[in-house]
Amino acid sequence: MRKYFGRKLVIYLLTFFLAVTIDWLIPRFMPGDPVANMLARVSVNSTAASVMQEYYTHLFGLDLPLWQQYLNFWANLLRGDLGISAYLFPKPVTQVLMNAIPYDVALLLPAILLSWLAGNNFGAVAARSKWLDNTVSPIGYILTATPYMWLGILLAWFFGIILDVFPIAGAYSFSLSPTLSWKFIGDVLLHWFLPFFSLFMVQFGGWAIGMRNMIIYELEADYSHYLEALGAPRSLIRRYAFNNAVLPQLSGLALQLGVIVAGALVTEVVFSYPGIGYLLLAAIQNQDYFLIQGCFLFIIIGVLLANFVIDIVYVLVDPRTRRGMTGEAA
Amino acid sequence: MKALKQKNEFLYFALRNRKLQIGLGVILFFVLLAAFGPLLTDYEPFDYVNPTGPVPPSSKFWLGTTFFGQDVFTQVVMGLRATFLIAILGGGIATLVGMLLGFLAGYRGGILDEIINVLTNIVLVIPTMAVLLIIAAYLQVRSLAMESILIGLTAWPWAARAIRAQTFSLRTRDFVDMARMSGESAFKIIFSEIAPNMMSYLVMTFILQFGGAILNAATLDFIGLGPTNAISLGLIMQYSMMWGALQFGMWWWFVPPGLAITLIVGALYSMNVGLDEVFNPKLREM
Repeated sequence: MRKYFGRKLVIYLLTFFLAVTIDWLIPRFMPGDPVANMLARVSVNSTAASVMQEYYTHLFGLDLPLWQQYLNFWANLLRGDLGISAYLFPKPVTQVLMNAIPYDVALLLPAILLSWLAGNNFGAVAARSKWLDNTVSPIGYILTATPYMWLGILLAWFFGIILDVFPIAGAYSFSLSPTLSWKFIGDVLLHWFLPFFSLFMVQFGGWAIGMRNMIIYELEADYSHYLEALGAPRSLIRRYAFNNAVLPQLSGLALQLGVIVAGALVTEVVFSYPGIGYLLLAAIQNQDYFLIQGCFLFIIIGVLLANFVIDIVYVLVDPRTRRGMTGEAA
Repeated sequence: MKALKQKNEFLYFALRNRKLQIGLGVILFFVLLAAFGPLLTDYEPFDYVNPTGPVPPSSKFWLGTTFFGQDVFTQVVMGLRATFLIAILGGGIATLVGMLLGFLAGYRGGILDEIINVLTNIVLVIPTMAVLLIIAAYLQVRSLAMESILIGLTAWPWAARAIRAQTFSLRTRDFVDMARMSGESAFKIIFSEIAPNMMSYLVMTFILQFGGAILNAATLDFIGLGPTNAISLGLIMQYSMMWGALQFGMWWWFVPPGLAITLIVGALYSMNVGLDEVFNPKLREM
C-alpha cells in the first residue's frame, strides 16, 4: 500500500512541478508582449500606464536572470501570490479565484458523484434486460456524444425560455443579496439546478454504457460460469459481476476528471455561473493573463486533489492494492 | 489467397452490421455536406447577407440567419470542414504519438518503458484542456492547423497506454520470437508482426481520437480560444451565446452546430461498437 501511494505521490508531485513550469514558461516564451497587450486593453491614461508597466515588469521580474525569475515565481506561488487581476483591478488573483471555487465545488461534486452512482446502477440494470438495453444504450451513446455546452444551451432554451421555469444566468437573482434566509437558499438552488443537471446528464450516459459493457463482460468471465455451474443464485453472480465492474469504472472516473472539468467550464459559460469557467471566459476576453494563469493552476490543483481522493477510495474498495499487489490500476 | 478470404469475411460481417451501417451512413452524410455544401450556397460565412438581421429558416436561408444577418447554413457547412480537418489532423497526431510511444514502451520494456510510463501518467493526470487553454490564450493568431496540433499533442496518453499493454502481450508470442530469431530489426518486427495483429485495435483508437478531437476543439472554441481566421461549429455556438440567441429565441443559430457535433461523435461511437462486433467473433451473435 505504501508503494502504491508512493508511486502515485511521485507522479502527482512531478505533474504539479511540470504544470507550474508550464505556467511560468509559456508567458515568457510566447511571441508578443503580454504586458503591453494587457495595458493596451486596460487603456488607462499614459502616466498611469507607465506606472503599471513598471509594476508589471517588476512583478514578472523581467530584468532578472531567468533562473532567478523561475525561483521567484515558485516563491510567490508558495506564498499564494498569483499577481493582480487586470480585469478586476486591483483584486489579487488568488482572492478572485477563491470567491469562484465554492460555485465550482457546488456544481462538480454532486454532478460527478450522483452521475457516477446513478449511471453505474442504471447500466447494471440495463445489462439485465433486453428491452431496457435496446432503449438505454442508444440514449446513453447519444448523451456521451453531446458536447457539454450544447446540452446546457438546449436545457437553458427549453426550461429557461420556452417553459420559463428556471433562471438561466447567474448564481442568484440580482434583486437579492446573500443572506441566510429560505428565500435566498431557494433562489440559489433554482439557479444551480440547470447547470448541475446538464453536467449530470452527459456524464450519466457515459457511466451507464461503461457499466453495461463491463457487466456483460464480467458475466462471460470464467468465475461467473463456474458460479453458475455450482448452482449459485443469479443475484449472487450479478453482485460479484457488479463488484468487479466497479473497479475499472472508478479508475475511469480518475481518467475522466479532466474532461468533466472542461465540461464544467463551458457549462458555466452557458449559464453565466460565476465559477472558474465564467472567470476564464472573462479573463480571455480581457486578456487578463495573470487570471488565466491562476485559473490554470487552480484547475490542475483541483484535479490532482480529486485524483488523490479517488486513489484512497480505490485502496478502500480493492483489497489487492492494500496487500501490495498493485493490480492493473496502479 | 487466405488473407483475401479473411478480408472478405470481415467485409461480409462489416456490411451486415447495423451499428456500423448507421455510423458510416451518418459520417458519410456529413462528409458529403462538408465537401459539397459550400457549392449549394451563394454566400460567404461572414457576409452580412440579410439586412434585416435574424430570420428563422426559410427557402432563401435554409437554416436562418444570425443576429447580424449572416447565413447559418453557410457557416455550418464551412464549420463542418474545420471540424473534419481538426478531427483528422488532431486525431491522427494523437494516434501516431500514442502508437509510437506505446510500441516502444511495450516492445523494448526496461528503463525506456519506465520513462515513457511516467511521462504517460503525468500527461494523463494533467487536465489537457487546461494546458490547451493556457497555450491558446497566449497565441495572438490561432489557425485550425495549430489547434489540431495542440489537441493531438495532448490527447495521446490513453492510446499510448492501451497500445503498450497490447504490445506487451504480443511480444512474447512465438511468431514474434521467430521474427526476432531470424534477425529482423525491431522496427520491422513492430510494423510487420505486431501492428497487423492489433489492427482492429488501432483503427478503433483512431476513431475514438477522431471523436475526442472534435469535442476538444468545440470546447476550446466555445471558451473563446478557437481559430481567429476561420469559422467552426464551436465558434458558431459561442457567437450565438454572446449575441443573445437564447434570450431572443434564435434556436436556428445554436441547434444546428451542436446537433452536427452530437450526430458525428455519436455515429463514431456507434461505428466503434459495430467494428468491435465485426473484429471480435465472440460478440457477433448478439
